[in-house]
Amino acid sequence: MSTLTDPPKDSFRLSMLINDTRYRSLTFQALAFLALALSFMYLGNNLIANLRAAGLNINFGFLTDTAGYDISQKLVEYSNQDSHSRAAFVGLLNTILVAVLACVTATVFGVIAGVLRLSNNWLVSKLMAFYVEIFRNIPVLIWIIIIFTIMTAVMPAPRAFRGDNATATMVFDAFAFTNRGIYTPLPWFANGIFESQALNWLLVLVVACGSWFAARRVNVWATAKQEATGERPNTLPMLLGIWLAPFLILMLIMGLTWEYPALKGFNFQGGIKIGGPLIALWFALSIYTGAFIAENVRAGIQAVSKGQTEAAAALGLRPSKVMNLVVLPQALRIIIPPLISQYLNITKNSSLAIAVGYADITATLGGITLNQTGRAIECVLLLMAFYLTASLLISLVMNVYNASVKLKER
Amino acid sequence: MTDQTTNSIAFVADGNIPQSPPPARETGVVKWMRENLFSSWANSLLTIVAGLVIYMVLSGALPWMWNGVWTTSSLSECREVLAGEVGGCFSVLSERWNQLLFGFQYPQDQYWRPTLAFVLLFIAGAPVLFFDLPRKMLAFTAVYPFLAFYLIWGGTIMAPIVAFLGMGAAAFVFQTYGKGSFALGFFGAIVAAFAVWIIGGALIPEGASETAMLQAVPSRDLGGFMLNLMLGVTCVSLSVPLGIALALGRQSDMPLIKWICIIFIEFVRGVPLITLLFVASVMLSYFFPPDSTVDLFLRVVIMITMFSAAYIAEVIRGGLAALPKGQYEAADSLGLDYPQAMRLIILPQALKISIPGIVNVAVGLFKDTTLVSVISMFDLVGMIRGPILASTEWAGVYWELLGAAAILFFIVCYGISQYSQWLERRLATDHR
Repeated sequence: MSTLTDPPKDSFRLSMLINDTRYRSLTFQALAFLALALSFMYLGNNLIANLRAAGLNINFGFLTDTAGYDISQKLVEYSNQDSHSRAAFVGLLNTILVAVLACVTATVFGVIAGVLRLSNNWLVSKLMAFYVEIFRNIPVLIWIIIIFTIMTAVMPAPRAFRGDNATATMVFDAFAFTNRGIYTPLPWFANGIFESQALNWLLVLVVACGSWFAARRVNVWATAKQEATGERPNTLPMLLGIWLAPFLILMLIMGLTWEYPALKGFNFQGGIKIGGPLIALWFALSIYTGAFIAENVRAGIQAVSKGQTEAAAALGLRPSKVMNLVVLPQALRIIIPPLISQYLNITKNSSLAIAVGYADITATLGGITLNQTGRAIECVLLLMAFYLTASLLISLVMNVYNASVKLKER
Repeated sequence: MTDQTTNSIAFVADGNIPQSPPPARETGVVKWMRENLFSSWANSLLTIVAGLVIYMVLSGALPWMWNGVWTTSSLSECREVLAGEVGGCFSVLSERWNQLLFGFQYPQDQYWRPTLAFVLLFIAGAPVLFFDLPRKMLAFTAVYPFLAFYLIWGGTIMAPIVAFLGMGAAAFVFQTYGKGSFALGFFGAIVAAFAVWIIGGALIPEGASETAMLQAVPSRDLGGFMLNLMLGVTCVSLSVPLGIALALGRQSDMPLIKWICIIFIEFVRGVPLITLLFVASVMLSYFFPPDSTVDLFLRVVIMITMFSAAYIAEVIRGGLAALPKGQYEAADSLGLDYPQAMRLIILPQALKISIPGIVNVAVGLFKDTTLVSVISMFDLVGMIRGPILASTEWAGVYWELLGAAAILFFIVCYGISQYSQWLERRLATDHR
């Protein structure tokens, strides 16, 4: 046989930059880099020239200046003498507040609507289909405005509660629905173990966590006993005791009392005030996103093949066990990833707060602070940094979850 | 014995008993209701609750709609006509209908122009949406953007003609050289288009807009539902090609290109549209040359297009990932280069898979165009919250206006999603 000669010496020619696949990608990347660098230089030059012409510079010093505006809905102490950064922090907490509240209620609405849409009750399933279609096809901004209008234009003013022939009454003497917001009783501890109410609530949370761990231990013990003897001990009284006893004792020791809202002067005093804008945003985001979640839930349940249910029934499982052990674990794997991206949408859509005057981070940092200081670039950059961090964190959670429920295949 | 037998058989059937009808509870409406509404006590409870909800909504809404007043010129007049009865003041719709559709600054004698553009949109969109129509209609689709621009903005006819000629030159160059080398055709087309635009732009005489046949309308005079539709149609049609490019870039083997695309997509998807609109309204002008003025409409179109392109890119990436690897390998083994393989084998299949997702993005984007009211553009929501509710005649007419806006959006969005479902059935060529 003929012997293989050495391959011809690779002499580099310029045309290989285009025609040789080994070099072509390098050429393209170099070109892309060049184009990118040039456009960044162009934009940067424009920016510098424009800023110089307007007598501005990029400077975050304004954050320590006095904000000078009030925020009615706040979770932490804030007055108009505090700095812009403090105002932004109040806004940030408000964003997190409405996002968390809306995520919880949207999930509740969505799961109920999704399950009911699969119900064999014709009227209910049609009603749910109607709900889903109506809310998915109308912009969330319109829903927010509609509910805000209900809150401000339909609810009675506080003075309607006054006098002998009051036109409005409080529900159970504890809840007042007014056009300024909803007032509810505020629980607090008369003789708490700590000075600060927040620390007392933290203690309650710690006790609840303890109960949870204890309840888990009981379940593990019951399962072990069931596997050993074939009979599961009745754990219900024990679980009830574990959950309720420490909680009730703690409440008694710390003296839980309720502070009721009462009409004083022109407005209600005391209790918790949930402002109209917060309610509008919270409720609108919940029903709007709930419609999307309902579709995810329906798709997830329908995606579990009927054979699975039938096989479980053939094994002799009761219907509740079929649902808990066979259908739900498989459906959840399908439901949860889109559910988390709906949570992401809620967080991003909560920025619509600015349309109804709820002081979230977009309305404080991107609204009033931006307009007062004129620091457009800095404010928008900070705003984007916050939302990017939030969505990256949520995506991280989603990826961890996806990895944990991935089908373990060979 | 025989006697006993004859006696013991008291009756012998000598014919068939006529079929008796099924029991009343097993037929017709009653059966349907027993099965679908009252099959168990829980179901009955649900039915009753649902019925109550429906009754409450209808008993509130129907008289309000039935007694509605359509012909008064202000809220107080409308209240007089109603004389304390429940009823809607729909006259705000009949009186301000044009403002709701076109905004409050568009010249009134020119309303036929956007209306005509809207009607022509269906003719231009039809061959894209329904493949059975003759392909020759696509020629009109190609002309439409320039025609619509001319109709809505008016001004000198030279501008859209030059723009069209530039696109024509680009198409010609791509047809001629794109066969040999995709890159040559592609970049040649860009150069040709820019050459025509620059030369043509220099040829348009100064002040041609003042003497034009159609009165020039500046962008800030656009408004109402027209603005929503314009933003939606423009941004979706611009973002599909951009989204395809970003999706392909994200799949690319070249690390630099890949990372540029990843960073862009993740950045845009991570921030709310409102912050991007803030960028458009307060920040973007810092990045344009100092003496240029780029109007707000264009800035908003740029940002919304970027926004939806990132989402569409993710949808298309899903479609690309769903294709079996064999398709890529088959294209390679046929000796196709990258542009050919993408154009002839990969993208037609990947786009088909992505159509429902793209339509979802389009619907979401169309709904999100209402957000421009936050940066004080007078779209439908901006018109309602701004000029109309602030006017002395109509302050306080919330439900009629918001209801009308909701219905307009519902019609469009529901229509698009129905189209998408039809298309999905139509394209389902593989299974079953």
